[in-house]
Amino acid sequence: MKAFLILEDGTVFTGTSIGSKKEIISEIVFNTSMTGYLEVLTDPSYAGQAVVMTYPLIGNYGICQEDMESSRPWPDGYIVRELSRIPSNFRSGDTIQHFLEKHDIPGISGIDTRALTKILREKGTMNGMITTNENYCLEEILPRLAAYTTGKVVEKVTCEKSYVLEGEGPNVALLDLGAKRNIARSLHKRGCRVTVYPASASAEEIIAAKPDGIMLSNGPGDPKECTSVIQEIKKLCQTDIPIFAICLGHQLVALANGADTYKMKYGHRGGNHPVKDLQTGRVYISSQNHGYVVDTNNLDPAVAVPAFVNVNDGTNEGLSYTGKQIFTVQFHPEACPGPLDSGYLFDRFMKMMEVNQNA
Amino acid sequence: MPKNPDIKKVLVIGSGPIVIGQAAEFDYAGTQACRSLKEEGVEVVLLNSNPATIMTDKDIADKVYIEPLTVEVVEQLILKERPDSVLPTLGGQAGLNLAMELDEAGFLKAQGVRLIGTTSETIKKAEDRLEFKSTMEKIGEPVAPSLVVESVAEGVSFAEKIGYPVVLRPAYTLGGSGGGIAHSYEELVEILENGLRLSRVGQVLVERCIAGWKEIEYEVMRDAMGNCITVCNMENIDPVGVHTGDSIVVAPSQTLGDKEYQMLRSSALNIISELKITGGCNVQFALHPDSFEYCVIEVNPRVSRSSALASKATGYPIAKVAAKIALGYTLDEIKNAITGKTYASFEPMLDYCVVKIPRLPFDKFISAKRTLTTQMKATGEVMSICDNFEGALMKAIRSLEQHVDSLMSYDFTALDQEALRRQLKVVDDRRIWVIAEAIRKGISYEEIHEITKIDLWFIDKLAALVEMEQALKTQPLTAELLKEAKRMQFPDQVVAALTGKTEDEIRERRFAGGITAAYKMVDTCAAEFEAETPYYYSVYGSENEAEATEGRKKVLVLGSGPIRIGQGIEFDFCSVHCTWAFAQEGFETIIINNNPETVSTDFDIADKLYFEPLTPEDVENVVKIEKPDGAVVQFGGQTAIKLTEALMKMGVPILGTSAKNVDAAEDRELFDEILETCGIPRPAGHTVYTAETAKRAANELGYPVLVRPSYVLGGQGMQIAINDEDVDEFIGIINRIAQEHPILVDKYLVGKEIEVDAVCDGTDILIPGIMEHIERAGIHSGDSISVYPAQSLDDQVKATIVEYTRKLAQSLHVIGMINIQFIVCGQEVYVIEVNPRSSRTVPYISKVTGIPIVPLATKVILGHKIKELGYPTGLAPEAEYIAVKMPVFSFEKIRGADISLGPEMKSTGECLGIAKTFNEALYKAFLGAGIQLPRYKNMIMTVKDGDKEEAVEIARRFEAIGYKIYATRNTSKALSAGGVRNIRIRKVEQESPNILDLILGHEIDLVIDTPSQGVEHSKDGFIIRRNAIETGVNVLTAMDTARALVTSLENTDARKLTLVNIAEVKNL
Repeated sequence: MKAFLILEDGTVFTGTSIGSKKEIISEIVFNTSMTGYLEVLTDPSYAGQAVVMTYPLIGNYGICQEDMESSRPWPDGYIVRELSRIPSNFRSGDTIQHFLEKHDIPGISGIDTRALTKILREKGTMNGMITTNENYCLEEILPRLAAYTTGKVVEKVTCEKSYVLEGEGPNVALLDLGAKRNIARSLHKRGCRVTVYPASASAEEIIAAKPDGIMLSNGPGDPKECTSVIQEIKKLCQTDIPIFAICLGHQLVALANGADTYKMKYGHRGGNHPVKDLQTGRVYISSQNHGYVVDTNNLDPAVAVPAFVNVNDGTNEGLSYTGKQIFTVQFHPEACPGPLDSGYLFDRFMKMMEVNQNA
Repeated sequence: MPKNPDIKKVLVIGSGPIVIGQAAEFDYAGTQACRSLKEEGVEVVLLNSNPATIMTDKDIADKVYIEPLTVEVVEQLILKERPDSVLPTLGGQAGLNLAMELDEAGFLKAQGVRLIGTTSETIKKAEDRLEFKSTMEKIGEPVAPSLVVESVAEGVSFAEKIGYPVVLRPAYTLGGSGGGIAHSYEELVEILENGLRLSRVGQVLVERCIAGWKEIEYEVMRDAMGNCITVCNMENIDPVGVHTGDSIVVAPSQTLGDKEYQMLRSSALNIISELKITGGCNVQFALHPDSFEYCVIEVNPRVSRSSALASKATGYPIAKVAAKIALGYTLDEIKNAITGKTYASFEPMLDYCVVKIPRLPFDKFISAKRTLTTQMKATGEVMSICDNFEGALMKAIRSLEQHVDSLMSYDFTALDQEALRRQLKVVDDRRIWVIAEAIRKGISYEEIHEITKIDLWFIDKLAALVEMEQALKTQPLTAELLKEAKRMQFPDQVVAALTGKTEDEIRERRFAGGITAAYKMVDTCAAEFEAETPYYYSVYGSENEAEATEGRKKVLVLGSGPIRIGQGIEFDFCSVHCTWAFAQEGFETIIINNNPETVSTDFDIADKLYFEPLTPEDVENVVKIEKPDGAVVQFGGQTAIKLTEALMKMGVPILGTSAKNVDAAEDRELFDEILETCGIPRPAGHTVYTAETAKRAANELGYPVLVRPSYVLGGQGMQIAINDEDVDEFIGIINRIAQEHPILVDKYLVGKEIEVDAVCDGTDILIPGIMEHIERAGIHSGDSISVYPAQSLDDQVKATIVEYTRKLAQSLHVIGMINIQFIVCGQEVYVIEVNPRSSRTVPYISKVTGIPIVPLATKVILGHKIKELGYPTGLAPEAEYIAVKMPVFSFEKIRGADISLGPEMKSTGECLGIAKTFNEALYKAFLGAGIQLPRYKNMIMTVKDGDKEEAVEIARRFEAIGYKIYATRNTSKALSAGGVRNIRIRKVEQESPNILDLILGHEIDLVIDTPSQGVEHSKDGFIIRRNAIETGVNVLTAMDTARALVTSLENTDARKLTLVNIAEVKNL
């Protein structure tokens, strides 16, 4: 069956329908990872977006259940050049075609994903529609596309109620703003007892549990939409509890401390972004997935100083809070998908908690 | 970290002659690195014995030494040039080994010279089997259970402990020389004995056989700060067991999930960090197909064939970045030259699929075993890029220029299921064709996988191609079907054959339906950033990104495709210089080529690079977009010449000599007419089409005769026949290779072979020099030792040669290059071959004479006159140096190949000896070719009857310098009769001790074995030669070569070498 991808600027790509046949409107973003399509699909940060994979051959190794970064796929739509006819991997339990159908994710294949990526690069991220309706009417659709916003998506992706991963080590409170599983897993692997809280949890509730450290996760959408979470984070920042934040969590801590964020032209989504640790001068290749970034131009050094910077475009990749036990990064040390190079940051967090306990 | 200010003058060591396992990729890497160093203001001293390389140009390095790659030469060079640093990681294993020897001997330290790039400790840790193993154990990286042995007994007892089969890898050899898989005690002993001998340190690793696991490679970079990145990973379609150089390779990996990908990536980074590599490095892994278990197979702490491939596959210039790192820069300080925006500290992201296929030499070595093992056999490779795997594979197949254009090109249709199952077990270069046939015959994916261990994903892709063949055969050719076939890159010719239509019909349909090729960019970043110097690949059904640029005049330069015997790196040298010369003349330059190992496919050589097959259809697609003002075909070898007619049809003017005149040189009748008009004699001959007419012609001419197909390079299919039986056999062989062209039968003349390259501007000619071959006519010019200037011609003969050259060039209306081969018998000069194009000898003769032949020819092509360019006409004055070009062979790599020399070319590369005297030049040339004698002063002679007289004279000279001579019966008789002391030995089939025992005893310097002419009917000589080669004994098969060698050995005073900086050679 034919499918159409209609962009806000009126461009239409014709391809083949994959997954669900339903029609969706979403923000179209591209990801340049060559492996890890399942991790991308199940990353809650993609809620409210439709993802284009720039790598043309997707589904080659099928669906390996244990690689899922959450319980289900989140993107509104999935856009690829070609899906493999057969999955080939010893762990694969399903095909990507079936996986998309099962989770009712509509998509389109057989389109020139490179041409699409170039449009997004040149004109910036934009909204689009995936439909199988051959009689679509552009005049009717384009205003709807322009009007679409991702809105408050964090509440869609966060856990319903808190739960605990038992461990013998430090107690970590993980605020789930749309957390990838590997964040909790990375802490748990290091021995932490991880209590996962929904995004709606109050600061008081978290503080009352006397955690040794607080971890703020990644998540979807515009950070400025998360007004109430920002209020709670403000309170968390006033404690002496060490805080480590990733991606959306990083942006929210910045906003809570008076910094600003802005939307990038087309964001960073992929597994090849070089970030420089300003403390050591070392460069690490990082996994990234963000459309917003912290503006460091008006950052008050008394509040925070940049800790990481993107080598390609000079945007902020991390902050260290002055006089506080808080450090936050824009990229994803938990990887999945992507390079494991910055996993050492979890160790740094462990160290912070240890020092704090001994203090 | 900025550049280290102490590094001011760097010695770069090249890789020497092209041999299997060490080919053009090191010219590419070395050239890029030298340019990168010069860009930083560093003075570059270059050493490489290979004159065909671009790196040995004075444009590339400041001081250029084309000298033998020996420890003595490097020491002498360091004392002469006083570089402060040596960069050893760009010249392959040869360069690395040399640097290691110097370092171990303490020479570098004593002279205050440092190794930059990577330290000797690092090299040792990576290359020494024991150290490598213990390093891996230390950081917890798994390696297959293994033991380094120094004796056969040790190897046997370990193999018995871990069980057969076992893999054997000699330490410090290139291309896996001497390695292999042993399934039994007998095989183990055979391979191990050989491997111990070939290893520089007498060590061989015996390890658990992990054949059948997935073979995955990572190319990694690290700077001195410890920053590391991976440039690319690659997956071998052929599982572990086939040398990666002989495997079909795909980039990026296709069947690895992110977990596997990142696991191996992290491992590669751990390894490079522990080894403290600064620069590029290649890590090879074996990954268990059904678990996360993996082992590290090998680490190459230098640029390699794989890194050249990775560079071209991703656009990331590994050698350039490695050179900058060697100077002290960190990755985040080095700009990504493709995007101009990002930095070297990022990882390329591909939005396409790359397929590499090796070019194997079995068309040259018909008797050789086609099986692929851990010993590399390929001479070169092709790479193709597409947005789908099927398309990339199809493009790569037709890039090979081996008469293959689809999965139907090798015919296995006669095999039934049972026979196919057996054939699937054979691991050779035709395996994907066998799999395709197995799919056609209904053998299941699982069963094919069970036998071949090739991943199901790849089998499914081959099946998709087979299904398309079926669809084209059985279904009406709708626009949809045609579109899908083109998306998979089925060439029009194949679609035509399958649908029963003509190629023109298919073409018309395509154009009518708007089904045309579009071009996408290789930009290192999957379109995330805009690219400044990208290159292009074709796809169907997508938007075109290649925009025809306007303003400047545009020239299309056709490359020479994969490196093969007969068409090597020389033609890349010519293509690149031609491109630069056009650029200097204000042209926009466009290159089409498909060889990832070459300089011509570097991203910044031409204004635009199309990484595409060199077939008429693929070239036409580029022409349609670019609409070039003209094309040059005379620099890209036979590959480019073959495209002349097609280009004319497309309406592209051929710059330089016209197509009509190219044809005239090849068409016997037209050519005979020209010769007659000019009054130039040639050996009598006839053009024939069948074996019968060939025999008639041969008898009329009188045996011996030369039999060969027209339109060939490297003498492919050319043989000397001494009787009717030979003619029958040769014609049979020629017809096995699809031949639309006639067959030539010529009288074989015995005489001196002379070769000339000349530039002609339509009026005047310039002959930079006359070259004389040491071997008499009958041995392919590429396999002969060539001497410049000719040593034995008098002025009269020289004048005749110049005159004939002038007449031929004028009659053929040559504009640009012409190459002519003559035979001189007494004062008589005969023409035997004319090629109206650049030749194999052009690079070397340019360097020796100091005349930039290719740029000059290019300017002539553009209408300039030789005189106005400031050059003399006629024969240029002789240079002050004598140069000897020595062929180098790779026979030890190709089991079963006959090494005897004849009209068919067999050498893979060459080296040069250059000096003020002939004897010193000759000595340097032998030394460069690895013939370092005397050692044991024992030799064996077994010559054919016709050579007995000469054998006596040569033997006498060897005897005089202290050689003990062993000879077989008849040779012994002849020697004794001539008064030469000798020891008679038994023939192969006689009881021990016989000639073979002697050879295998490892104390023989040299075997002189001249095979009887024609097809050798006794297998004796063959067995002797093979055994000698595989034992590492020097074998000469021509009396002339033997005479040259003894001359060189006699002149011991020529051994004090004077090193020549050829950048200072001035002719005019």
